[in-house]
Amino acid sequence: MKDIKPAIMMLLVFTVICGGIYPALVTGIAQAIFPRQANGSLISDTNGKVVGSALIGQPFSDPKYFWPRPSATAEFGYNPAASGGSNAGPTNPAYLRTVGERVKTLRDTGVTGQVPADLVQASASGLDPHISPEAALLQIPRVAVARGIDREKLHKIVNDSIEDRQFGFIGSPRVNVLVLNLELARL
Amino acid sequence: MNSYELLQTILFFVVLLALVKPLGSFMARVFQGERTFLSPVLAPCEILIYRISGVKPEDEMGWRRYAGAMLFFNLALFASLFILLLTQHLLPLNPQKVPAFTWQLALNTAVSFTTNTNWQAYAGEQSVSYFTQMAGLAVHNFVSAATGMAIAIAVIRGFVRRKTSMLGNFWVDLSRCTLYILLPISMIFSLALVSQGVIQNFSVYRTMPLIQATSQVKPRFDDQGAQFKDAKGNPVVESVSVKEVQIPMGPVASQEAIKELGTNGGGFFNANSAHPFENPTPVSNFIEILLILLIPGALTYTFGVMVGNTRQGWALLGVMLLILITAFGVLQWAESSGNPLVARQGVQSINMEGKEVRNGLAGSNLFTVATTGTSCGAVNSMHDSLTPIGGMIPLSLILLGEIIFGGVGSGLYTMLAFAIIAVFVSGLMIGRTPEYLGKKIEVREMWMSILIILTAGVTVLILSGIAMITPQAVASMANPGVHGLSEVLYGLASMSNNNGSAFAGLNANVNFYNLSGSLAMTIGRYIPAVAVLAMAGSLAEKKYIPPSLGTLPTDKVPFALWLTLVILIVGALTFFPALALGPIVEHLMMVG
Repeated sequence: MKDIKPAIMMLLVFTVICGGIYPALVTGIAQAIFPRQANGSLISDTNGKVVGSALIGQPFSDPKYFWPRPSATAEFGYNPAASGGSNAGPTNPAYLRTVGERVKTLRDTGVTGQVPADLVQASASGLDPHISPEAALLQIPRVAVARGIDREKLHKIVNDSIEDRQFGFIGSPRVNVLVLNLELARL
Repeated sequence: MNSYELLQTILFFVVLLALVKPLGSFMARVFQGERTFLSPVLAPCEILIYRISGVKPEDEMGWRRYAGAMLFFNLALFASLFILLLTQHLLPLNPQKVPAFTWQLALNTAVSFTTNTNWQAYAGEQSVSYFTQMAGLAVHNFVSAATGMAIAIAVIRGFVRRKTSMLGNFWVDLSRCTLYILLPISMIFSLALVSQGVIQNFSVYRTMPLIQATSQVKPRFDDQGAQFKDAKGNPVVESVSVKEVQIPMGPVASQEAIKELGTNGGGFFNANSAHPFENPTPVSNFIEILLILLIPGALTYTFGVMVGNTRQGWALLGVMLLILITAFGVLQWAESSGNPLVARQGVQSINMEGKEVRNGLAGSNLFTVATTGTSCGAVNSMHDSLTPIGGMIPLSLILLGEIIFGGVGSGLYTMLAFAIIAVFVSGLMIGRTPEYLGKKIEVREMWMSILIILTAGVTVLILSGIAMITPQAVASMANPGVHGLSEVLYGLASMSNNNGSAFAGLNANVNFYNLSGSLAMTIGRYIPAVAVLAMAGSLAEKKYIPPSLGTLPTDKVPFALWLTLVILIVGALTFFPALALGPIVEHLMMVG
């Protein structure tokens, strides 16, 4: 019974330390030395208006934009207020039909050959800002026609936008779709 | 696996193993009450905490009092979070004006975070205020982890001490663990995570215009709020244009670090560590996997130091590594082989459903085995969408009892129970009295070990059986057929073993899972915890038997292999039928 008071007091003390002092301290230091990252890696257009976060993907379906991965977030795709994946199982017939429809949409734009998996399978967060370099290169013909710009030039822009593995070997090479589309808008 | 993936995986284990010894010996110093380099700053805080709480640090506790203090403390933890969740709409730091939890969900969530499970039947960004995240969930992340570590240390003392009934002081172990180990490491790594892009602020959610507007299909309602139906009785829907979105904010990094370090796993956001604000880069992913395995790995060294033979610790770590790396290999194979039913449609044959491009296959799979081998339960890919054999890997790691590194503290003490079983069985085979670490293993130790090992497994099987005949439980399945069975089995296994990850299609916020899950998490945490303390109490009272010619050496490779075998046999005997009905059948259907 003599441990009831310590149980309650310890709870209070550690609530103050771990729930108050610790996050406040981390916030203070983070805001001082990494303000951009701590506030969501926001990106602004040339007028200084915030147009999104470099880490949060946006939905694009117009042929003149590069398309991101499918998103299974609630209400509408790329809804940042409701992150999540499809949770579709590998043999779920409805899921397999959906993948088939996505492949067809790509085929209708003239895509031939093997389709990169990331372009027809939904991400875990539903907000994945990236696609694989293959998935970006594959979309060049469509975007070039829709914008009426030279394929070679577009190819160079896409190549320049590929983010390499960190330190040369950690993670996968990738293209940030929002950043790339903003780049195109600047042309 | 390409050479980059191989290289990053090898580097990962090199870094992890390099940290085992320094952190392990530091933790041994902390728990043995010695001075450390942090003492000049933290010792005064420590003394102050004892004074405020009315704790006499030199008071030693027998196993009953140690267990009682642990249970009182956990009860207080549960009550405070339960109340917080029911009243968060009245409390400060709630810029999104989120409402209170229902009592069923609050019960489940409070049990979940108190038991170090962090099963979440809610979406963080929509349901939890910043105040609850910090003063509730984050605090529980720290002290539920410290609770597990304190128990593990008391158990080690049981092996080390002779002819005494005293196991140390729970309050001292809890405080020193939180102050000297969990807080400093979390502090450093939360800032490292911010540098990668994990957010840390108290802003309201940001509203932002979309570059290209999108559309949302919504049901139409009349003035009274009833849905419009067409002539056939189907709801009438309309397409609404969406021109702007809300991006959630919050103090994420401070929570992220302890979420992984304490093998808690409760995400700030619904997508957990798959969310770009929780885990934005391959390097942050590397850090998070490292944090998950760091303390459970290093504790084996702490154990070795305290029992006076570090090879005893390396033997246990070797068993953990062997099973973890094998599991990773199988998962990597399954996911890079992909899904033939998808590949048939002209798609590249790897499985990217429910994975993030930046993490790639290896970064996703390593996270998956780390988070389920330990009782962490954070996810950076959606386990429900793994291939059938791929999904069986995390499920099996959970079902083995959370010992492949395991939860902080709980992994070690459960592994020690397995070691006792292994010593006992081999003792029977060679006809000698079983001993482990110089202590004779007798009836009481065996009873307690069996309780520790089988409690969670029996709970999983009974509850899964009940779920299959409960309409509400079956209706929660998101995927049809045998995959639905895997979802239910995974969910109950995850809660019973205090993991917290899910085959997340399962709609878990219904009374059946909220209530049976609360029960499963409580049983799975506290029966083994009290049993292992009881065992420690009886071990401490025994005298030391010096090793003789007939003693089985438990610090050598043959014993490590034998222990691995015992773990796998116990796991297979308990769960093979259930696994055969779920993932194995689904695999056969998929490759058809």
